[in-house]
Amino acid sequence: MSEPVTTGDLVGPPSSGDAPSPAGNGASRNTEKSGMQKILSGSVGRNLGLVVALLVLVIVGAVTAGESFTTLSNALVILRQASIIGVVSIGMTLVIIAGGIDLSVGSVLGLASIVATLAAIQDLADQTHWVVMIVIALAVGLGAGLINGVVIAYGNVVAFMATLAMLVAARGLAEILAERRTLIVEDRGFISFMNADFIGVDVLIWIFAIVAAVGWVILNRTTFGRRTVAIGGNREAARLAGINVKRHTMWLYAIAGLCAGIGAVMILGRTTAGSSTHGTLLELDVIAAVVVGGTLLVGGRGTITGTVFGVLIFATLTNVFVQNNLTSSVQAVAKGIIIVVAVLLQQRFARPGGRA
Amino acid sequence: MISRTKAGSDRPECLSKERTSTCYGRRVIKDDQHSALLEVRGVTKSFAGVQALRGVDLDVLPGEVHCVLGQNGAGKSTLIKTLAGVHRPDEGTIGWMGEPVEIATPEAALELGIATMYQELDVVDGLTIAENIFLGHELARGGFTKRSEAARQTKELLRRLGHANLSPHTEVGQLSAANKQIVSMARALSHDIKLMIMDEPSAVLDTEEVKNLFSVVRELTSEGIAVVYITHRLEEIRQIGDRITVLKDGASMASGLPAADTPTSELIRLMTGRAVENVFPPAVPVPEDSPLVLDVEGLALAGVFSDVTFTVRAGEIVGLAGLVGSGRSEIIETVYGARKATAGTVRVAGKRLRRGSVVAAVEAGVGLSPEERKSQGLVLDEPIFVNVTLSSVSRFARAGFLDERAERRVAGEQIEALELRPANPDRPTRTLSGGNQQKILLARWLVHGTRVLLLDEPTRGVDVGARAEIYALIRRLSAAGNAVVIVSSEIEEVLGLADKVLVISDGRVLQTLPASQIDEHGVLDLVMKGTAA
Repeated sequence: MSEPVTTGDLVGPPSSGDAPSPAGNGASRNTEKSGMQKILSGSVGRNLGLVVALLVLVIVGAVTAGESFTTLSNALVILRQASIIGVVSIGMTLVIIAGGIDLSVGSVLGLASIVATLAAIQDLADQTHWVVMIVIALAVGLGAGLINGVVIAYGNVVAFMATLAMLVAARGLAEILAERRTLIVEDRGFISFMNADFIGVDVLIWIFAIVAAVGWVILNRTTFGRRTVAIGGNREAARLAGINVKRHTMWLYAIAGLCAGIGAVMILGRTTAGSSTHGTLLELDVIAAVVVGGTLLVGGRGTITGTVFGVLIFATLTNVFVQNNLTSSVQAVAKGIIIVVAVLLQQRFARPGGRA
Repeated sequence: MISRTKAGSDRPECLSKERTSTCYGRRVIKDDQHSALLEVRGVTKSFAGVQALRGVDLDVLPGEVHCVLGQNGAGKSTLIKTLAGVHRPDEGTIGWMGEPVEIATPEAALELGIATMYQELDVVDGLTIAENIFLGHELARGGFTKRSEAARQTKELLRRLGHANLSPHTEVGQLSAANKQIVSMARALSHDIKLMIMDEPSAVLDTEEVKNLFSVVRELTSEGIAVVYITHRLEEIRQIGDRITVLKDGASMASGLPAADTPTSELIRLMTGRAVENVFPPAVPVPEDSPLVLDVEGLALAGVFSDVTFTVRAGEIVGLAGLVGSGRSEIIETVYGARKATAGTVRVAGKRLRRGSVVAAVEAGVGLSPEERKSQGLVLDEPIFVNVTLSSVSRFARAGFLDERAERRVAGEQIEALELRPANPDRPTRTLSGGNQQKILLARWLVHGTRVLLLDEPTRGVDVGARAEIYALIRRLSAAGNAVVIVSSEIEEVLGLADKVLVISDGRVLQTLPASQIDEHGVLDLVMKGTAA
């Protein structure tokens, strides 16, 4: 009795190294779709409402602001604007799909920016490469995320409270370390790298694109993503199926923290300074983008593509308002309305049965 | 319409020693009272192209218990919701006290006098009994609630339902499922109702509580309130029902059958469209030299059960028999590591399992099909194949990257082997019937490869036809060398499948004996006495 029973007349487990054969009976049924159906069931189709919303915003922008809106450089401005919120939103999407929430991402971003710049302005820093600064920012983000994860998963603290505590504490720690000063990043190499462009597109935008792509692959193509959806869809069923829910939850918050760390590196590059006020209220923009992107706050369903659209919609909105010389207060009102409308539409159209 | 005169005295239980209190409330339908309270004619309803109701006729007389019988997916829930004002019929008419009506909203249904008690009870745990009963129509003056008046009326309602012992100020969250039902019924009575619809009210109750429920139902009918009683359980229909309507595939196959003397075989034939013979497949003797696979010794969970010891050999089926609350489900959940044992050991093929670790149990080849299939077993919004591969998903991945084609292929093979319907691995699990959802859980462990299978209520919510298939499947799994442990509130099922039975009461194993040496009465006798014979 050393081998698990593999049943005779019933179908046993797949033998290892079993190469995927052409789809069997059951699978082939679903592969016969017309081109139109393929498009509609693809990631663009499932986010059709978001595509339409973004197009409407672009048309409004083009009509009201005219040529200053419809330039390539303005498109890059929008994407640059979107990039930091976007990166943090990818981590948040995974956390929310698993049924959690991370309120601490803004504070963690601020803390990571401070710790990284402090390390960079030490005397020692002259001898070290600026990559060390990046590594430190990422490590701070990952570490804070791991603390969140451990407290939530193994301490059984509600995610809302655990990350609220981290929000307050990380901000406070950042203020103590910074002594309420803004710390200027002197390293020319770092600043020129972060503000460079690659085939005409800013490094910041590339980072967003890469993080989003990695997030998409994790969610849709890996066991980690599958388990994330399962935990969000039915935590108890996932546990009883033998998934290590606690460990998985811990890593999810670590990823969210890591994304905040990446965001810290990006903000350091853009503002050339570390500040304890970096990322203030960022969590709200991030959660709004994720939810507008179609991810359910109760977990179990959500897409990276949707989140990217959510981020772009808010960034475009801001740009259209700025182009039309409207105040940030007006923007805030518009944002609020968009969030409510998006959630209302979600409830109307996101019926059970759709796959994330 | 059947013009059947029924006097209380000719019912079998009224001749028995239970006498008047049971029979007192039994409605006497006189010939001159044949104007129906509710008349449903040719009602159809479809959802997004799926025809849920294809033509339902239903007549309910004042003061009768009208049972609606049907398999899962027969349209019982849709029918209830149509009467409760949740759905509106596509075609057909609903007559209420001789007038055609449209029940547009749940409020409209209540206004007519139709109250519905759903399976998932709609009481608010954080409020008191009185607050729940008057929720939405609080007794108040100028916005201030009249608490003492509400309490007084609540006491009166509870007394009418024979539960004067409950205090109006008790928080509902502290009540048992049975008492929550009472609160739900009291709330219905706080409106002036003429018809009460009950959706499988006995599903969450044990034997004693079901008796209680029946006396409450009789209380209602004695006041002239009609009851539409939805159930799977034929024996309940015999005890409580006056007439039966059978639904199959969204249509009423027969309406107004007499509950007392319509033969069971006839009812099953109407429900399934075919005759069902012996549902339990013949037992396969366990070979003498069959190795010991599961060895549970002195297992305990503080405050729930203690000193549980049993062994299961490969190819053997062991059943845990006992009433709801006896600790049977907790025992197998503890074996599985879903609860952390406070004492004792679990060994699988000689290897001791780490306490309180599902991950360790699954790694050792133990699989659980949990009691609550939907809330504990399945990710309902995900497709079939995801649920089938959930426990073995890493096997379908290389360096963490999933091969969904292989997953779909393996799920497709299981679908074929287990005759799972619909045969499409991409269908969302939510849309499947109870029997097919159960098959997904069995397929999950087949794919994973187990040597111990723990099955908690494997046929709960599974209709009669599919049950036989599940039983045959469990036998095949056992014959293939699995050690199987089965828990069921239906003692007959445990005895029909198991080779060895543990009789459990109040967290203790009363007796362990071969299934062939005990029958249903024997088990109940043991449990009632509470001591080993």
